[in-house]
Amino acid sequence: MASYKATRIPSFPRLGEKVTQDTLYWRNYKTPVQIKEFGAVTKIDFSPLSPHNYAVTASTRIHIYGPYSQEPVKSFTRFKDTAYSGTFRSDGQLLVAGSEEALIRLFDVSGRVALREYTGHSKAVHFTDFSADRFHILSGSDDYTCRLWDIPSSAEVSRYSEHTDYVRCGTPSRLNPDVFITGSYDHTVKVFDSRKERSVMTMDHGQPVESVLLFPSEGLLVSAGGRYVKVWDMLKGGQVLVSLKNHHKTVTCLCMSSTGQRLLSGSLDRHVKVYSTTTYKVVHNFDYAASILSIALAPNDDSIIAGMTNGVLSVKHKKHPEDRKMVGGTSRHRPAYRVFVKGKNYMPKQDDFLVRKREKAHLKQYDKELKRFQVSKALDSVLKPHVRLKTPEVTVAVIQELNRRGTLKNALAGRDEKGLSILLSFLIRNVVDSRFAPILLTVAEMVLDIYMKVVGQSAVVDKQILKLQELVEKEIDYQQELMEVLGMMDTLFATMTAKKEAAALQSRAANGLVEVRGGQDQMVKAT
Amino acid sequence: MYRWQSGLWRLIDPGPGWIFASLIHLFVQFLLCASGDAVHVYSTSTEERVHVLQGHVDLVTGLRLNSSNHLQVYSCSLDGTVKLWDFTDGILIKTYIVGHKIFSLYVSKFHEGTVFIILPMESKAFQLVALHLPKTTGPEVEARDILSVLRDVSPIPKATSFGRGGEFVASASGLQLSVYFFRKQKTYRFSLKANDKKGARNRFTCVASHPNDDCIATGHEDGKIRLWRNFSQKKEYTYSTEHWHHSAVNALHFTPEGTELLSGGVESVLVLWRYGAGSKKDFVPRLGSAIEHISVSPDGSLYCTSHKDNKIVVMKSSRDISAIIQGLVKGVTDLLIDPRTKALVCNGKPGHLQFFSLRHDKQLYNLDIVQQEYIHEAGLHQCEVTKAAIDAQGSWLATVEERQENPEELDIILKLWAYDESTQSFHLNTSISMAHEGQISAMCFSGDAEATMLVTTGRDGHFKAWLLADHPDAQGEGASWSCDYVGSYHRREPTRCCFSADGSLLAVGFGEVVTVWSPSTWELLVTFSQPPGDIRDLCFGRLSCSKYLLGTTTKNLLCCWNLLTCSLEWSSTVDVILLQPDPLSENMAAFSRASGSTDLFVFKPSEPRPLFSQKAVCSGTVRRAVFAPREEVLEGCDESTQWLSCSRLYFLTEHMELMTFSTKSEEDQIIASSKQLVIDDSVAVTPFYLLLGKHRKSQRETQDSVSSHTAARIQLPQGSPAIRELLHTPAHVLPSASFLCNMFVNSLLISKCREEEMGSEEEEEAEEQESEGEMEASVSAQGPAVQGFQTEPTPQLSKAQERELRKLQKADFSWLSSLLDS
Repeated sequence: MASYKATRIPSFPRLGEKVTQDTLYWRNYKTPVQIKEFGAVTKIDFSPLSPHNYAVTASTRIHIYGPYSQEPVKSFTRFKDTAYSGTFRSDGQLLVAGSEEALIRLFDVSGRVALREYTGHSKAVHFTDFSADRFHILSGSDDYTCRLWDIPSSAEVSRYSEHTDYVRCGTPSRLNPDVFITGSYDHTVKVFDSRKERSVMTMDHGQPVESVLLFPSEGLLVSAGGRYVKVWDMLKGGQVLVSLKNHHKTVTCLCMSSTGQRLLSGSLDRHVKVYSTTTYKVVHNFDYAASILSIALAPNDDSIIAGMTNGVLSVKHKKHPEDRKMVGGTSRHRPAYRVFVKGKNYMPKQDDFLVRKREKAHLKQYDKELKRFQVSKALDSVLKPHVRLKTPEVTVAVIQELNRRGTLKNALAGRDEKGLSILLSFLIRNVVDSRFAPILLTVAEMVLDIYMKVVGQSAVVDKQILKLQELVEKEIDYQQELMEVLGMMDTLFATMTAKKEAAALQSRAANGLVEVRGGQDQMVKAT
Repeated sequence: MYRWQSGLWRLIDPGPGWIFASLIHLFVQFLLCASGDAVHVYSTSTEERVHVLQGHVDLVTGLRLNSSNHLQVYSCSLDGTVKLWDFTDGILIKTYIVGHKIFSLYVSKFHEGTVFIILPMESKAFQLVALHLPKTTGPEVEARDILSVLRDVSPIPKATSFGRGGEFVASASGLQLSVYFFRKQKTYRFSLKANDKKGARNRFTCVASHPNDDCIATGHEDGKIRLWRNFSQKKEYTYSTEHWHHSAVNALHFTPEGTELLSGGVESVLVLWRYGAGSKKDFVPRLGSAIEHISVSPDGSLYCTSHKDNKIVVMKSSRDISAIIQGLVKGVTDLLIDPRTKALVCNGKPGHLQFFSLRHDKQLYNLDIVQQEYIHEAGLHQCEVTKAAIDAQGSWLATVEERQENPEELDIILKLWAYDESTQSFHLNTSISMAHEGQISAMCFSGDAEATMLVTTGRDGHFKAWLLADHPDAQGEGASWSCDYVGSYHRREPTRCCFSADGSLLAVGFGEVVTVWSPSTWELLVTFSQPPGDIRDLCFGRLSCSKYLLGTTTKNLLCCWNLLTCSLEWSSTVDVILLQPDPLSENMAAFSRASGSTDLFVFKPSEPRPLFSQKAVCSGTVRRAVFAPREEVLEGCDESTQWLSCSRLYFLTEHMELMTFSTKSEEDQIIASSKQLVIDDSVAVTPFYLLLGKHRKSQRETQDSVSSHTAARIQLPQGSPAIRELLHTPAHVLPSASFLCNMFVNSLLISKCREEEMGSEEEEEAEEQESEGEMEASVSAQGPAVQGFQTEPTPQLSKAQERELRKLQKADFSWLSSLLDS
C-alpha cells in the first residue's frame, strides 16, 4: 500500500550570509590578478572598442592593458608630473588626460607622442573627457573652472567658473553633446549646457564630490562624496531620490554594471558595494586589500578592475562555464549515453497500449536497513567515515529514528573495540553541537550503561571515555558562564526605560537565547 | 441513519463516516460489513455504499451467507434475533426470534436449515448451539428449537470455526481448543500451558479451519500460529508452529481452496502463508493500521481486511489494492473546516490529517504531517498531531506534533504548510522544532488577509507570534515563517488565544486574566479578569457584535466584556465546556455540561435571550464543535432555525460520534434523495430495463386511459434520457433492432408533442384568445385536464408531472419484481 517513508534528515538553517542570485553572480569571478603600478591608481577606463583594452592612470604614466595581459600593451610616459583621468574617446581612437602640470594632453592610441596639448588651466586638471559629439574636450581643474575645448584647433570654446572649489570629477551626457555635469569640492554638482552661459542645474551633495555618474537613460544622476552616495532625479529638477550611506570612509568612485541593474561604489574603507538600482539596497560586497580610488567594469561584466592607493591594480576575470569543463576533465569514464536512453526514446504509436513500469524508489543504505528492521546495520552504515564526517546530521537523524523506534539500545550494543571507538569518536566530535546535543547525550548515556563492564579492557576506549567526560565538563562550565551573561543582560534590559524598546529587545534576546537555555538544561541533566 | 427528536430539528449522524466494521463478509461484487445495529453493503468495485440493512435494534454480532442461496445472508444481533436478508436488493426476508442475546453465528453446508449460534449460559459462560430454523412462512417466526453442541466456548466470533464443509467445529477458549465432530458426535479437547520457559503466551486469539483438509490453524497471543493435525485422536494429535507476528494474531483465514492461510495483527501486515509449504510466506505490508478481520471472497479472487482506523481494504489475490473504504478516523485535534474544499479537517491515520468531505460523506485525502515511517508496535511513543489551525483563506495550515517519551523529554514540532495551487494540496513550508519549551496549549491565525500571523501559547509561560518573513531573492527557498514577538504576562501560563475578526486585537488568557494586545505594536492594551476560575475559552464577537469579547471560566461563568467601555457587559453562571463562534454570523454556540448529558444553546452576544436552546443534545460531554459554512444560504427558515441558515453546526461527542443539526425541509430533501437513490440503484439492472419499463408502462397507460393518444404521450417522461440510455448501452445487451426502432421513433414523437404542449401551457391564456390556433389550443387544453382527472387536482402542472414521474418510477419497480417473480 503506502510505500516506505525514508528517514527525514532535518535541515538546519545555515548561519551567516544568505546566498542570493547576486552573491552567486558576483562570486563567479576568478581569483584576482594583481598588477603593481608606480603610484596610486586614480582612473581606469575601458576602450569602447573590442577587445576592450583599458587605460590605467597611475602616477606619471598611463598604461593600456589588453583584456587578459598582465603587461601593458602600450604606455604613455611623457608626463612630467602626475597624470589624471586617462579617458578614451567613444570611437576608441583618441585618449585624453589631464595632469598636475595644468596641461591637457590628447594622444592617439596607436601613437606615442601627444597630438595636442591644451593650455589654459592654471592648476592641476583632475578631470578630462570627450563630449558626445567627439569634437570637444571637457576639463575640470583645481583652479575652480571647467572648460570646453575644441579638439582640432586646441582653442578654449567656453569656460565656466561657477564652482568655488576644486573641480574633481564630471561626466558628459552621452545623449546630448552640449550637456555635461561636474562635481566639485564645494559640495555641489552642476549641470552645464554649452549653449548657455551659466549652469542650468545645481545640486547640493553636502560633501566634497568625488565622483559623478549618469544612468544610461540619463534621467538619474549618481554622485559620491564623503560617505554618501546620492541619486538625483534629473527630470524632477535635481531632487534627491535616495541617499545611501553604506561606506564608513569616503566614497571615491562609482561605476555601473553593463545592464544598468547594479551600481558599484568603491571607497577608502577598502570595500566595493554593489547596489541594486531598483531597491537601492546593497546586494553584494567586495573586500580589497587597500583603499580603493578607482573601479571599472568591462563590458558584459567580464572583469572587475579596481585601482588602489598602494598602486596595486586588481583584475578579476569572470569564470566561464567552458573553463570549468576543462578543469572537470575526462578522468572518470561514465556509462555511455545509450545506456540511459535505452528504450526511453521510443515514441508510442497511436494504438499502443501503454503499460507503465512502477517507479522504483531509490532508498539510501540506512533506509534499506531500517526498512528491514536491521537496526545495527543501519547504524553501522551511517557510522562509515564519509557519512559521519561529512554529514553528521544524517548520522544523528538515523540515531533519532532508532530512538523513536525504541531500538537504539539494541543498535548500540554488541560492538567490538573498533566499533565502539568509532562511536565514541563521533560522540566526542559532535556531542557539544547544539543541534545534536539532546539526542547524542542520550546515546552517550546508553553507551556508558552498556559498556560499563568492559571499561578498563581497552586503552583506546578508556582514553576516549575520559576525553568525553572532560568535554562534557568543559561544556557545562561554558554554559554556566553563558547563563551568567544572560543574567547580566536581563538586568540591563530591565533598567531600560523605554517600554517599547525593552519589549522588542526582550523578544529578540529570548529568541536568541532559547537555544542556549535548552542546551544548558540538557547538560545539567546529563551530569 | 436518522435520529429523530421531537420538535423542529433533528440530529443526523452522517452514516458512512462510521464504518467501524465489527464483522466483514466479502463477495465478489459486494462487501458486507456489520457496523453497530446495521449491516452495510458496499460495492467492491466502486467503493460506494449500496444498501444499509436496517432492522436490528442492537449490535449486530454475526453475519453469514445462506449456504443454500447465495443472494441471501443471515445476521444475528444482541437483540436476540436472526434475520435473513436479500442483500442485493436490501430487503429483509425473514426474522427468527430466539429470545436470548446472540454473540455469534455460523452456517455450514453440511447442515441445511440449521444455523449455529453462540448463546450465553448461566454464570458468564457461553455455549455453541444449533438452531433449527422453522420453515413456516411469515416475516417473523419464533425459533425455539435449540440443540447444544459445545459448552464453554468463547463468545468472540473469530474463536470458532467450521471445518471441512461442516464436518467438525473447532472452538478455542482461553488455553483450550475444543473440536466437535458431528458424525461421531464426540468432542476432543486439547490444552496448552499458559507459559513456557521461553516466555511464550499461548492464549488462543483466533481459529480457522482448512476448507477441505483436516487442519486447524490457531493464532496466539504471542504471535505464533499453530497448525493442528490429526486431532481426531485424543493423544496422537500433532501441531506445527509458525512464528512471524511479534504481537497477538488478530485474524486468521483460509482461502476457499485452502492453498493459503491469511493472518494479520497489530503490525498491519497481511501475511499469506502457503499451505503445506512450511514457513514460506508473502507479505502485503503497510496497510496503515492494525488488522482486525480478514475475509476472502468465495471464488478466492478478492481479499479484504478491516482495520482499526475505520477502514476496509479490498485487494485482489495479486496483492494489488483494488478499493479502500475509509470512514472518519477519530482523533484529538480540533475540528476545522478547510475554507477551500469545505472539508472537515481532523486527525486521520496516525501522523496524518484527514480532509473529510461532509457533503459527500467521504474522505478526500490524508495529509502526511509527521512524515515518518509509522512503526506498528504496541507501547511505542508515537508522534501525534495534537493541534492544527487553518487561516481564513485556506492558504496556510499550521500543525503541532508532539512526542513525549518521558516527562522531561518532550519533542514538539510546529509545522507550517502552504497551499499549492498547482497540486491542490498543502506543502511543508517551515518546520520549527521546539517552538515552545512546554506543550503548545493553543494556536490561532489572525483573520487579517494581508499579513497572516500565527500565535501560539505554550506551557512555558510565553505566547509567540510568528510571521511570514520574505526573502525574495534567497536562493532555493521562498518565504518562511519566523518568530516576531515573544510575550508573557507576570509569568503566568497562557491557555487560550484568540484574534478578533479583523486581526486588530489579540486576546490571550493567562490563568484567570484575559490580556488584550495590539498585534501591530505589541502593546498590552487592557486586561480583564473575573476571578475565581481560569479562562477556559475565549472568543471575539463578529460582525455587529465585534465589540464584545466572550470568555468562559472553569468556575461556571460565561462572561461578556465590552471592548469599547472596557467593562463587563453581562455574565451568567453556566458551566460552558465549549464555546464556538459561527464565522458567518454573530451567533455563538455554547455547550454546557449537565448531569451526564450536554446542553446546547445558541445566542448572540448582544441579545440577552438565547436564540435557541436544547437540553440533552447527547449523552456524555461534547469534545469538539465546528460551524461549517453552507454552500448556499438556506431559505425559509423559521425563527428557531434561523441560526442554521448560513452554517451548520457539527459536534463530536465523547463516544466519537459526529453529529449535526438539520432543519425539517432539509431532512425531507435527504429522505427524498435517498429514495431517489434507491430507485436509481435498481437501475443497476439497467438502462435497458429503464427503457423497457417505460415502454411497457406507456403501453399500459395507453390501454387504460380514456383519451388514448394525448394521455399516453403525457405519461411518458422526456424522451431524451431514454434515447441517451439507448445510445450509451453496448449493442450486445440491447434487444433486437426492430423492437427498438419502434420505440425510438415513438419516443421522438412524444417529446416533440410535449414540447409543444409545454410551450402552449405558458401561453395558455394568450392562445385561448386566439381564434386561429383553435385545434392546437383545444388539444393542449385537454392535457392538463386529463392529468387533473388522473391524479388529484393540482394547480401547477410541473409539480403534477413530477409526481407523475415518481409514481411511474415506482410502478416500474413493481413491474420488474413481477417480472422476476414470474
